[in-house]
Amino acid sequence: MKSIKTLIAVVALAGLASGAAFAQSHEREIPPRVTWSFSGPFGTYDETQLQRGFKVFHEVCSNCHSLNKIAFRTLAEHGGPGFSKEQVTALAATFKVKDGPNDAGEMFERPARPADFWPAPFPNKQAAAAANGGAAPPDFSVIAKARTYERGFPWFVFDIFTQYQEQGVDYIASLLPGYEEAPAGVTVPDGKYYNKYFPGNIIAMPPPLQDGAVTYLKGADGKPQAPETVQQYAKDVSAFLMWAAEPHMEQRKEIAFRVLVFLLVFAGLLYFTKKKIWANVEGHA
Amino acid sequence: MSGHSTYEPKSAVGKWFESRLPIMGLIHSSFVVFPNPRNLNYFWTFGGILAFMLVAQIITGVVLAMHYTAHADMAFNSVELIMRDVNYGWMLRYLHANGASMFFIAVYVHIFRGLYYGSYKAPREVLWILGVIIFLLMMATAFMGYVLPWGQMSFWGATVITNLFSAIPGVGEVIVSYLWGGYSVSNPTLNRFFSLHYLLPFMIAGVVVLHIWALHVPGSNNPSGIEKKTDKDVLPFHPYFTVKDAFALCCFLMVYVWFAFYIPNFLGHADNYIEANAAVTPSHIVPEWYFLPFYAILRAIPDKLLGVLAMFGSIAIMVVVPWLDTSKVRSGSYRPVFQIFFWLFAINAVILGWLGSKPPEGMYVVASRICTVYYFAYYILVLPLLGLFETPKSLPASIADSVLGKGGSGSAMASGAASSPSTKG
Repeated sequence: MKSIKTLIAVVALAGLASGAAFAQSHEREIPPRVTWSFSGPFGTYDETQLQRGFKVFHEVCSNCHSLNKIAFRTLAEHGGPGFSKEQVTALAATFKVKDGPNDAGEMFERPARPADFWPAPFPNKQAAAAANGGAAPPDFSVIAKARTYERGFPWFVFDIFTQYQEQGVDYIASLLPGYEEAPAGVTVPDGKYYNKYFPGNIIAMPPPLQDGAVTYLKGADGKPQAPETVQQYAKDVSAFLMWAAEPHMEQRKEIAFRVLVFLLVFAGLLYFTKKKIWANVEGHA
Repeated sequence: MSGHSTYEPKSAVGKWFESRLPIMGLIHSSFVVFPNPRNLNYFWTFGGILAFMLVAQIITGVVLAMHYTAHADMAFNSVELIMRDVNYGWMLRYLHANGASMFFIAVYVHIFRGLYYGSYKAPREVLWILGVIIFLLMMATAFMGYVLPWGQMSFWGATVITNLFSAIPGVGEVIVSYLWGGYSVSNPTLNRFFSLHYLLPFMIAGVVVLHIWALHVPGSNNPSGIEKKTDKDVLPFHPYFTVKDAFALCCFLMVYVWFAFYIPNFLGHADNYIEANAAVTPSHIVPEWYFLPFYAILRAIPDKLLGVLAMFGSIAIMVVVPWLDTSKVRSGSYRPVFQIFFWLFAINAVILGWLGSKPPEGMYVVASRICTVYYFAYYILVLPLLGLFETPKSLPASIADSVLGKGGSGSAMASGAASSPSTKG
């Protein structure tokens, strides 16, 4: 029996090892891990970070990228950036949205209300593509879940237990400052850029962030809440995009813990009930 | 169903009803006093877990359908509305999406348990074949369910899989256009997939009833593979197995909750958060993880028709397993050589799954071919020949003896059970 099991284990390991051996070819650089407040079983969003990230999105990204599935009201909802209802109403009012038809059958423009969705910067995909060198900038509503990189064996197995699922935000946080000179031998077409984290490395988006481009709120000491650098902007806006993609994450993780504790206790009770019931059966523990 | 019905209604209403529709007696004989082999291990709890998962999927699915819009232009957005604005919509959707995966984890444990302990052998062939039918229906249901969010992987997965039918000579193209409801995967495809995704689970439920019916004729197989002979071999279903199943289910639910609430997108694919776009093909089109071994078999074969035949054949061959296995001994616990081939088969299946997630190039194709050959060889060569050449260990005289360690090699059974797949909830 023992030799059989050893044999099987050896074959299994050999199979997996040879598999891992020819899995080691990467076209693009793996984004480094960022420490996020929202990772892990008790992770929560950092309100101030989401507010900073929102500012970056609002002032920079939203000039080209839509955020179609996010309504203004959600910015004030629990587990998000924590803006007040008044702030959100005021913010919405700075946008114009098309409404109608009215009683006269006319479409009209009105200031946005909290119930409206974030207005897109372009009227349609074609307009977005035409204004951006032929490639429409992707919508940002779920982009933090729509981007990833391959973890490969055995890391994806460990991820089940460590709950590492921030590949998307890690990637975005690396991509934004990830522009550099193309290495020798790589020709970058006109109007395109070289980014070491982008799949295929040739990206149509120009470097979107510059140091100091967005002014952060000042803290009590008169200094900005966080450094006004490309790296920091990238992290903050990535965190904001994670929230946009998973607005109920905090509630989800809270419920998860409660359900797990319940199931653990319940399983324990069932285990001892089972033991008791089976105790009088000969040959069973 | 073959439990001795000792059900005596106590109330007058109960007596009145029972004499007109003896359903309470049926339930009583099937799930209360039904005699189960006393030595069932925890791998036998997965039948109950699967029944739970089917009900859970139907309940979450019915509620999701109340909020979902099956239209190519609105489906993706309606799923996001469920995630954001429907009360606990995110919970319903994550439970349903991960529930499909848990369903498959449980069914794979259930199938491998059947293969190891020879549960398919006479007199349980029909029970086994009904199980294969349920498995096929599950695959169809899961595939169509994955199309509904109308993301990139939904769309392109649907395109790849429906195109497989075009390999059938003569009628292939016609079948594909009926699947599509047009000339490509488009809105009519989504509509009919939604309709069928809602229909098939109820067909599964129907076949599950037959499956349980066929189970209750001979009763459960057991780790020793010996039929029950006397009352000493059995215990009533309730409370012994209800409590055992409940404990196992509770443990399984913890795994389910871990995935659905903590890492809900781990088993999904990032590309499915990009709305379907017929003009952009994803770099790698991969199905859900539970289809990967079969996908690897499909791609291992360079010819399209043969590949499709091999893929469907890899499931169809399970129908004839009861007649391919020539061994007189039912349980793998008493078949030392069989155990080697069985565990190699299990590992082979896992490696096939991993290969299915890789691009079909270079070493991956070579490895897929080797694994595919072993997959079929296990059924076609190993099972028939092993029964003729292998010398099994001596069997205990009865189930009770196997538990109480009298005669035979009861210890082999225990170690066999201990080394079974570690995927159990």
